[in-house]
Amino acid sequence: MKNTAELSLYVPEPSGRPGDEPDFSNVPLQDAGEQRCPDTLTPEIELRDMPYGLVRVLDDDGKAVGPWAPDLSTDHLMRGLDAMVRTRIFDDRMFRANRQGKTSFYMKSTGEEAIGAAQSLCLGERDMCFPTYRILSWLMARDYPMTALGNQIFSNAEDPLKGRQLPVLYSARDYGFYSISGNLGSRLGHAVGWAMASAYRHDDSIALGYVGEGTTAEGNVHEALTFAGVYRAPVILCITNNQWAISSFSGIAGGNRTTFAAKALAYGIPGLRVDGNDFLAIHAATDWARERALGNKGATLIELVTYRAAAHSSSDDPTRYRPKGESEAWPLGDPVERLKQHLIQRGDLTEDGYTDLHEDCEKRVRAAIREAEAVGTLGQSKPSVKAMFEEVFKEPDWRQIEQRRELGY
Amino acid sequence: MNMVQALNSALDVKLEDDPDILTFGEDVGYFGGVFRVTDKLQEKYGLTRCFDTPISEGGIVATAIGMGAYGLRPVVEIQFADYILPAFDQLVSEAARLRYRSNGEFWAPITVRVPYGGGIFGGQTHSQSPEALFAHVVGLKSVIPSNPYDAKGLLISAIEDDDPVIFFEPKRLYNGLFEGRPDDPVKPWKDHPLADVPEDVYRIPLGKARMVREGADVTVLAYGTMVHVALSAIEECGIDAELIDLRSIVPLDIDAIVESVQRTGRCVIAHEASRYGGFGGELSALVQERCFHHLRAPIERVAGWDTPYPHAFEWDYFPGPQRVIDAMQRTQEV
Ligand SMILES: Cc1ncc(C[n+]2csc(CCOP(=O)(O)OP(=O)(O)O)c2C)c(N)n1
Repeated sequence: MKNTAELSLYVPEPSGRPGDEPDFSNVPLQDAGEQRCPDTLTPEIELRDMPYGLVRVLDDDGKAVGPWAPDLSTDHLMRGLDAMVRTRIFDDRMFRANRQGKTSFYMKSTGEEAIGAAQSLCLGERDMCFPTYRILSWLMARDYPMTALGNQIFSNAEDPLKGRQLPVLYSARDYGFYSISGNLGSRLGHAVGWAMASAYRHDDSIALGYVGEGTTAEGNVHEALTFAGVYRAPVILCITNNQWAISSFSGIAGGNRTTFAAKALAYGIPGLRVDGNDFLAIHAATDWARERALGNKGATLIELVTYRAAAHSSSDDPTRYRPKGESEAWPLGDPVERLKQHLIQRGDLTEDGYTDLHEDCEKRVRAAIREAEAVGTLGQSKPSVKAMFEEVFKEPDWRQIEQRRELGY
Repeated sequence: MNMVQALNSALDVKLEDDPDILTFGEDVGYFGGVFRVTDKLQEKYGLTRCFDTPISEGGIVATAIGMGAYGLRPVVEIQFADYILPAFDQLVSEAARLRYRSNGEFWAPITVRVPYGGGIFGGQTHSQSPEALFAHVVGLKSVIPSNPYDAKGLLISAIEDDDPVIFFEPKRLYNGLFEGRPDDPVKPWKDHPLADVPEDVYRIPLGKARMVREGADVTVLAYGTMVHVALSAIEECGIDAELIDLRSIVPLDIDAIVESVQRTGRCVIAHEASRYGGFGGELSALVQERCFHHLRAPIERVAGWDTPYPHAFEWDYFPGPQRVIDAMQRTQEV
């Protein structure tokens, strides 16, 4: 026997921890415009290099370059920017509201706002997304009422989910936004099933599912991918790789040796690796996958390479496990800033215009949250306790009826 | 020590003691766990003895079983009891039956630590008490401590046990006492006699209940957080109740239960989990089968309602002291 050694257990470690310098040299990058853009009906076998590249459109000057550059109207881009800016402001305010005891829990999507916004605007009204808790900008881009978000977060009397669900685990069917659950990864298969149902009915709507890179380790993610591949489901499965899963770096999910997009290879579906802080690249890649799905060529896996700039949640303190300054050192920049630069570079926006837009967004967010606060924050106001016993089943059985009475409602 | 420190101490002394023990789970390594139970253990014992895992509860338990079968003694953490279900098949079909089906050739000496229970505004997926699901599975042990002293002694026994043990940690009790009165100020553990936890190894045998309070009028059976809720209820209403902390539901200290109920003639069972199909049903059946001729009142169950755990209605849902008092009083009326 050759090449043997004493066995030792390998446990991966990140490039840095608190006290170290941020180091992203292990994240494979490619310049904007470099990645090729194949026809959307290309057989999967000819796409097997794609998961190792990086689809980028916006270059360092904010110019849209290369074959993926989409042709999007100023209005469309401005809607995206508006949604992203409002998401960021809303997140900041709600995080503070949590610190003030107005809600039990909050999760920000800071640094990842381009994803939901671009995909929401790319897909059609009848398409359904199966979000994680970090896809708020999807709802913002579709003008979901921010007061209703506030009511849900405060679990007050006007909470659209009747006080039953944890803050930020929204459900908004009319906005193409499937119910979020606290369990990671458990809805990716629902996205596939939804898409299979659409194909079965000869419909023209598709589904889009999300998981974080950490969650790709869950068995149900692999089950979903298997079904998506086998039945050529018209679905887009997205992995938001924000580098961290609470305190675990992406290597703990297997991201050290290969890319997350490359998981697609074994399931026989195309995998695209996309700059997740580049609104245009996300839009273009999603549109590519959408067209492919509607061409009856089945599913696409998209890895969105991004960075979780904030804490995991209001219960988390990332300074305990990440190097200081990582967010600033992140090589793909800030998604809001990059879209803004692009619009300025196109001549569609000025710095002053952006300041106005920002102020306007702040005003709208503030007004909406104030309205929700006027209904009440956690503990000050809540839906009728009756609601606790409703919708367990379509009709309550004797247990809910008896117990509700026992409680006096 | 508070309960987190007591559990950390149990892991610490066992890791020190036995190189075949290792501990892993989501965020368990560098960070020391989201509840800090494995704090500093990676630093002290190295990367291969306390480490982070992929987010895969099925994978965590499956690899633990494989390591256990090889001869190690893994202690794994599932971040919340609500997230143990992806591992359900591994626990039910594998860990629980490996010894039986291989005629003792292989077995799974694993401990699965799971923070459980409500009272923290965690909503449906950070509040559940799934112990009944596991109690139903023959071949699994289920332990539920209610205080720091027991937590350490029971965890050490669980780790040393050669069968798979699910160790449910009442997370509302981690950092302080909770009596089901959310408006009361938090009571730190430090003033409680059961927070006086020795630094060294000691064991509390699995399957031995603890007499919390002797009494003549009614036996109250509880575990985990509900022990403190029940005690507070007893103190408030003045009924001379006997309170038994079961500490583990498999194995179950049936003798302690029967002895007590035969004496008091009345029984109240309290748990946080929803009522229908809850472990209270099994306890009620056992008491009825073994104490029928001594019973002077119907057995009462106090439990969560038969709904998912609701966020805004935490205190409407949680079976607090008043519900325990009402149940005890009903047993006194006949
Ligand atoms: C089944 C399950 N296991 C564990 C958890 C606890 N948990 C919540 S979020 C999280 C990290 C998720 O990381 P990732 O998938 O990378 O998404 P991100 O939060 O980074 O967006 C964990 C472990 C959970 N919610 N569900």
